[in-house]
Formats: sequence, C-alpha cells, structure tokens
Amino acid sequence: MSDIKIEGYEFKPGFKGMAKDTGSDQTMFKGVHWGKAMMWIFLLSDTFIFSCFLISYMKGRGSTIIDWPNPSEVFGLHVFGVDVPLLLIAIMTFVLITSSGTMALAVKYGYEKNKKMCGWLILATAIGGLTFVGMQAFEWSKLIHEGVRPWENPFGAPQFGSFFFMITGFHGTHVSIGVIFLFIYAYKTFAGHYDQGKRGWFTTMKGDYVEIEILGLYWHFVDLVWVFIFAFFYLW
Amino acid sequence: MSEDFNDNKTIQAQSSEAISGGGSGIATDADYVRPAEVADQDLYHGHSFITKWIFCQDAKVIGVQYFLLATFTGIIGLILSWLMRLQLGFPGLAPFMTAEHYYQFVTMHGMIMVVYFLTALFLGGFGNYLIPLMVGARDMVFPYLNMVSFWSFFVAVAVLLASFFVPGGPTGSGWTLYPPQAILEGTPGSGWGIMLMCISLILFVAGFTMGGLNYLITVLQARTRGMTLMRMPLTVWGIFTATVLAMLAFPALLVGALMMSLDNVLGTSFFMPTILKAGEVLEYGGGSPILFQHLFWFFGHPEVYIVALPAFGIISDLISVHARKNIFGYRMMVWAIVGIGALSFFVWAHHMYVSGMNPWFGFFFATTTLIIAVPTAMKVYNWILTLWRGNIRLNTVMLWCLGFIVTFVNGGITGIFLGNVSVDVPLSDTYFVIAHFHMVMGIAPLMVIMGAVYHWFPLVAGRFLDEKLGKWHFWLTFLGAYSIYFPMHYLGFIGVPRRYFEMYDSPYVTSAVGMNEFISIAAFIVGAAQFILIYNIIKTLKTGKPAGHNPWQACSLEWLTPTVPPEHGNWGDRLPTVHRWAYDYSVPGAKEDFITQTTPPSEVAHTKVEKT
Repeated sequence: MSDIKIEGYEFKPGFKGMAKDTGSDQTMFKGVHWGKAMMWIFLLSDTFIFSCFLISYMKGRGSTIIDWPNPSEVFGLHVFGVDVPLLLIAIMTFVLITSSGTMALAVKYGYEKNKKMCGWLILATAIGGLTFVGMQAFEWSKLIHEGVRPWENPFGAPQFGSFFFMITGFHGTHVSIGVIFLFIYAYKTFAGHYDQGKRGWFTTMKGDYVEIEILGLYWHFVDLVWVFIFAFFYLW
Repeated sequence: MSEDFNDNKTIQAQSSEAISGGGSGIATDADYVRPAEVADQDLYHGHSFITKWIFCQDAKVIGVQYFLLATFTGIIGLILSWLMRLQLGFPGLAPFMTAEHYYQFVTMHGMIMVVYFLTALFLGGFGNYLIPLMVGARDMVFPYLNMVSFWSFFVAVAVLLASFFVPGGPTGSGWTLYPPQAILEGTPGSGWGIMLMCISLILFVAGFTMGGLNYLITVLQARTRGMTLMRMPLTVWGIFTATVLAMLAFPALLVGALMMSLDNVLGTSFFMPTILKAGEVLEYGGGSPILFQHLFWFFGHPEVYIVALPAFGIISDLISVHARKNIFGYRMMVWAIVGIGALSFFVWAHHMYVSGMNPWFGFFFATTTLIIAVPTAMKVYNWILTLWRGNIRLNTVMLWCLGFIVTFVNGGITGIFLGNVSVDVPLSDTYFVIAHFHMVMGIAPLMVIMGAVYHWFPLVAGRFLDEKLGKWHFWLTFLGAYSIYFPMHYLGFIGVPRRYFEMYDSPYVTSAVGMNEFISIAAFIVGAAQFILIYNIIKTLKTGKPAGHNPWQACSLEWLTPTVPPEHGNWGDRLPTVHRWAYDYSVPGAKEDFITQTTPPSEVAHTKVEKT
C-alpha cells in the first residue's frame, strides 16, 4: 500500500506504522475502500462458519462407531477400464484454482481500465465456477445413484453422507452465488458501468473497478475453503 | 434517480475549508486537524413515504424500527413470562396452562428475550441510531444493506411468531434447544415448531451479519476528522466489540441450527444418538448430542456479552454525563471491554459442567470464567469512582444507572458461585441459575436500556420524558425485580428445580409455595410497570417539555447536530471536527462544566484540560 498518498498523513513502516494507523483518526485501514474492508470482515465471519462445519465433521467422524468409508474408493472414477482414485476431484480442484488465476488477472486489468480483457477474464472465471458446480452435481448424482443419502450410506457410517452433502452443498452454494455475481459483474464491465460510475442494484454507491477486487476476494476465499474441504474429505 | 442523491455536493465546502484552515506550515497550530481522507458520503434521499419511513436507508430510522420491533417482541416475551408465573405461583388457576404450553412459553420467552429483544435492541436499535452520530458519520457506510438487515430481522420475527400458529405450536425444548429431545416426538413443537425456530434463527443471523458489517466498517473506516478510536464514547466501544463477538459467535449458532434442521427434516443423525423408544430403535444413530451443546454455547456465551458489552458502554456514558465527571480510567474501560470480549470465547463449556465432561476440562473453563471477573470488576470500580465526588444529578437516568450497578454486582457475585464446578453441580438446574442470569443479563441490561431511553429520548423525539412517571417506573421495576429474583436464590438453595411445570406433592411445595405466590405477584406488577414507559412515551411525544439543543449538556457528538432531532445526513453542510475525547466534564478553569468534542483547543487554552 505504499502507493497510497494521504494529504497530511505520513505512513510509517512495520509495526509502528500499524500502531500509528490504528491510533489515527478517520480510518484504521488507510486508503482501503469500505466495501473491501467489509468483504474481509465478512470472510472472517464466514471462516468461522466453515470452521464450525469442519470441526463438527471431525467430531462426527471421530465419534461414530461404524467405519468411515475409504475416500479413494468412494470418490474413484472408472475410466477406460481403469479405476482412478480422486480423478474427478483432481479436475474439479484444478478448474477452481485456475479460475482464481483468471480472477486475479481480471482485477489487474480492471485497475488498468482495460474493459475488454477484464470482462472476458471475469467471464472465464464464471465459466470455471460453473464447470466446478456442474462437476459437483455429477459427483452428487453418482453418489446418490450408488445409494449414498444424507441419512444412509451403503459404504459405512451414515454420517459420511450427512456431512458430505451438507458441507459440499454449503460450499457449492457459495460457488453458485459467486458465479451469479461473476456473470452480473461481467455484464457490468462490458456495459461500462465501472467507467461511468453507474450505481449498482444492491448499493447506492457509484460503480468502481474496486468492486471486481471485492468479488475477487470472495472468489479466492471460496477456493481456499475448497482446499480445506478437499483435504478433510478426500485425503483424510 | 439522480435527484435522490446529493452527488458529493458538500465535499467542496469541506475541502475549501481544509485548504484555508489547515494546509502547510500550521502543523504547530493546536487546532489543526488533518483534512478528510474519504470523500463525503453519497446518500440516497427518499422522497416517498415508503422510501422515507418503511424501506428507509437512514440509520436513525432503521434504529427506531429495530427498537420498536424488538420492543414489540419483548412485550410478547413479557406476557409469556406472566403466563409462566401464573402457573408457578398458582398452579391450576388457568386451565389453558398445560405442561406442553408451559414448556413452549419457557422456550419462547427465553429465545425472544435473549436474541430478538436484547440483542436486536442493543445492536440494531442503539447501534444504528448512535454509531453514526457518535463517530461523526453521515450514516452507516452501507445504507442499503442496513435496510435489508432490518427487514431480515422483521421476517425472522414473523417466522418465529408464526410458530405459535402451526400444528403442534412452537418448540418446547427450552431456549437451548438441546437435541435429541428438541426434535423427538413427545416434545411440544418437535416438528414444525423447531423447524420454524431454526429458520428464524438463520434469518436473524443473516440479517444481523448485514447490520454488523455496517457497524464495524462505520467505526473503523468512517469516523469524522479528529475522531480517533480512543476518543470514541464508550457506547461505541461497547457496541463495536459486541458486534465483533456476534460476527464470530453467530456462525456457530447458524451451523447448529442448520444441522438440527437437517436432523429434523432429512433424518440425518448429526446430533442424534441411537435411541430406544418404547422398546423400538428409532432410525437415528451415531450422532453426538454434546456436539450441539458445544456449538450452541460457543454462540451462547459470547451472546451474554453481546448483550452486556453495549450495556457497559452505554452506562459508562450515562454515568459520566449525569455525574458531570469524566469516566474514570477511560483507557482501562476500553481494554476491559476488549478483554472481556476476547475472554468470552474461552468460557463456553461452563454451561456444560453437568454434561459429563472430564473434570479437568471443567477446571480449565472454571479458571477462564473466573478470570473474566477481573476486567468486569475493574469496570464496576471505575463506575463507582466516576460517581465519587461527582456533581450527581439524581434524575431518572441516574436512578437507572445506580440500579444497574447494584443489580450487576449482585448477578456477578452469583456468577462466581456458578463458575466453580463444585458449587455449580448442586446448584445446576435450580432457581439459583434463573436468579443469576436474570439479574446479570436480564434486569441489569434492561435497566441500561431504560436509562438510555430516558437519556436519548430528548434527542430522538426532541422532548423530555416525564420525570415523575419515570421515577414511578424506576422504583416499581427496581424494587419489584428484587422481589422477584432475591427469593429465587433461596428457592435454588433449597433445591427447587427449574423448568418444572408443577411441584405436585414434592417436599418443596410446603416451603416454596408461599414464596412462589409472592414472586408471581411481584412479576405481574413489574411487568405492568413497564407499560408506564410506553404511556410516558406516547404522552410526551406530543406534549412533553421541549428539549432543545444538548439538553443534558453532554460532550459527545450525537448532541451537537445542527437540528434536533437530527435529519438525514446528520450534520448539515459540514461534518464536525473532533478535538478531544467525549468526557471533558467539570474541567477546572472552563466557563461551563462541559467542553464539547468539537471545541478547538484555542478556545479552552486557559483551562486544565488534558490532552486526549
């Protein structure tokens, strides 16, 4: 944040600078857009939601007396006559992480006011997210087809089905909401709302390219959560 | 739509002032305040009735909306408590009071009072009204989100109250909603009731998150020029810290409610162990009921402080204003609020001592619980030292403040009893617990609310509330509340269990029956006394004594708006500039006994004012 200049305010480096910012008037995070600060705090709160889910999952998995199913078998795919463990998940994870990359590029081009590149990259991110949700739907239907339900599970403990559908469902909802907003933002970028400062539907604030960064924060968070879900469900 | 916005017109006025008043070379000038970092807020001005009063984006209107709706639900909670006391004091007098209804009323009373009344009132009501005014902002930073926050709360209340009219009625599992009984047949409202309760809580959390983000960012990023964090009134500190707690504690409630709904509707077994019912094994199995208790209390204990911290903050301001003295140990008060907030996340299992936990685990939580007594006691001492040799105005507001301190100390001391495992185990699930938490988080915060209403009503309505009615209200409530809860400590000691519909022929009957009748009569009177306030508000809204500007001669910003009551945008053309903390009362050498936050140092150069 060294490029931010504030009239009458001198930045200091390191911990002293942080203490000075905290003790100063008007703002604690100098030059940070309100919406961006809000998104960070919202994500902190959301982190607690996912933490509660994952801790409950650990507790549930730890206390059930029936064996937990073997994830590499349950989540395996049978392709071209070979059983490949975790194939679908590997592709899903790859797609989602890649979409984080395109999102980061979209933010960069947004700040450069390169409307076209920014819009296409947001669209690419949205399509990546959509692919992820589609593959998740495929995985769900495969498991349901094999008899896994939230209340029962032919491979072992019924809590496997409960936690799996609940947590991936909650995460999938996050991704879907993100995808919807990505499409909206792609439209707004192409239509030039951020160049003209047109007011949005959900806010009375004027449009600004910082909104793309705010959505980007959300998107990266959703990816990060997926990494944890991946580790806890598929690798444990 | 463009005429609905002011389009940053006021910025020009402000920046030209910054150039002439501030600028280079005058850094030594004591009156210098840095120019504004952020452009003036661009507000949506509603013109129709709907955008001005119903779907309104003005934090002050939203605050009043929260206040009214929370009060409405609070009155329902009050009526439920009357019905419960009717049954406990005079069993069998009201034929409609079946055991089922009793448990439903217990549950709804608890949940309404804790979440939909106290939390919504302190954070939604006082938070919305006071935060922007006290930090010198034009409004909350996200007015639209703020409006949605209130209407989510509205829907949450509607869903909650709808559960009275569904088959089976509202849930009767106690406000802690413990599984497995909450969703098992035989508990009142085990189907629809608990479902609606969970949905309502999820809606409340979602709505609160929108409001909470507003409060936090307004405090962190939208303070006016000169307003540092350590110049904020303690009210803002209390509400701010409580909001941080809420943002981190409500997720546990949300997850708990969601998992319980799935157990209820889909038949998952997150919380449900293998259960034998009438010799038959139910379809549930393998879940952990204790998990719900952990999730619930990880929310539930911070929730106590979500209610208490705003009360601490508000009472500090009220005492300071009406004792005409600066708050004693302001910085320590701030750190105590923050410290209590942080500690409140490490004590939750003291609600679960009898759940069969490892004694060492209980020992850890007993220790953390008792550590909270340190910052809390610090605050009590500081309130008393603020009063010490103050120029006390013994008006209604001050009476509520004094009532709060006494009640809070009382409830705090019984908290030390219950925080220790060995003392808690025999007292657990008795009326002692009821007495404790009603004193400490029922009556004490309620007294703060009342004090705050009498204090800020002149700001909101421009008129004073009637003092005589206020004193009647106070004394009836104060003496009445003690008549209710003091005897309950004794009932707890002789072992009367809580949540029992009736004592039947147990040995408690002989010694407790008279006391229960007395408590019930006191409860009817105290409940009725609250309507004095409502009458007072309705009466004085039109005919009360006009208050004018800054009627209490307070220092803090909310009293310094150009118009009373403040208009949308709060500050007219120019945002205020802050030069000091909110507590410069009775400064030696000053003309008046208060120096407002906006008074520049050059005007009070001859006084012994401290640098803040």
